[in-house]
Amino acid sequence: MTEEHEMEGEGGVIKKFMFVNRKAPYGTIYALESLEVVLISAAFDQDVSLMFLDDGVYEIVKGQDTKGIEVKNFSPTYRALEMYDIEKLFVSKESLEERSLTEDDLLVDVEVLDHTQVAELMAAQDVVLSF
Amino acid sequence: MKFGIMVNEGPYQHQASDTAYQFAKAALAKGHEIFRVFFYHDGVNNATRLTIPPQDDRHIVNRWSELAQEHNLDLVVCVAAAQRRGLLDENEASRNGKDANNIAPGFRISGLGQLVEAGIQADRLVVFGD
Repeated sequence: MTEEHEMEGEGGVIKKFMFVNRKAPYGTIYALESLEVVLISAAFDQDVSLMFLDDGVYEIVKGQDTKGIEVKNFSPTYRALEMYDIEKLFVSKESLEERSLTEDDLLVDVEVLDHTQVAELMAAQDVVLSF
Repeated sequence: MKFGIMVNEGPYQHQASDTAYQFAKAALAKGHEIFRVFFYHDGVNNATRLTIPPQDDRHIVNRWSELAQEHNLDLVVCVAAAQRRGLLDENEASRNGKDANNIAPGFRISGLGQLVEAGIQADRLVVFGD
């Protein structure tokens, strides 16, 4: 945390929170439980952003079908983030490329950043939660 | 400095809880403050008092309970993560019609808001996990 990032909002301090999503949506519970924190954070009027890195980019890939593994497909929730005023979604360019994915494969609007930009954005955060 | 700590992995399976504990102890010894320790994901399993490690091993759960008592630490277990994994206090057990509870002394069950609050209130939130 650096002092200049803190702003005083009506309800108190507003910090920059970044949720870093690095894991595939299924196989482990990290992605789902990360999303649960993101939704709660919306109630705290903080400056929230999401970063999708590594296999985390698969969390927001279109056309997820989980019937075969009997696990809930929670990917529609990412589309609902907008309603919670969570609109800062970033994706690693390298992580997309390594997986032969493009922005068109994603179910939400994102900003694609290269690793240098990702690092700069992370450095500017007050709180980084990595899942 | 005021620290928040997040523990995301279960005891014994993963070193995250050990490292978080050592970090907390070292920070307290240096005179820092721990605003809260928040247990999430499989980290909620650090709060079951039914843990029985071999006698020649460290007792991860008791160690947290003792540290909490000694320094008046706020150890918070995420309620949603806890319910999924069968970690209950007396209140949650009776509310959900379960015949037992298993939370260890010094821990309390609460919501994810407690994690976000720790991020806001602490100077640094340190995450231990994979």
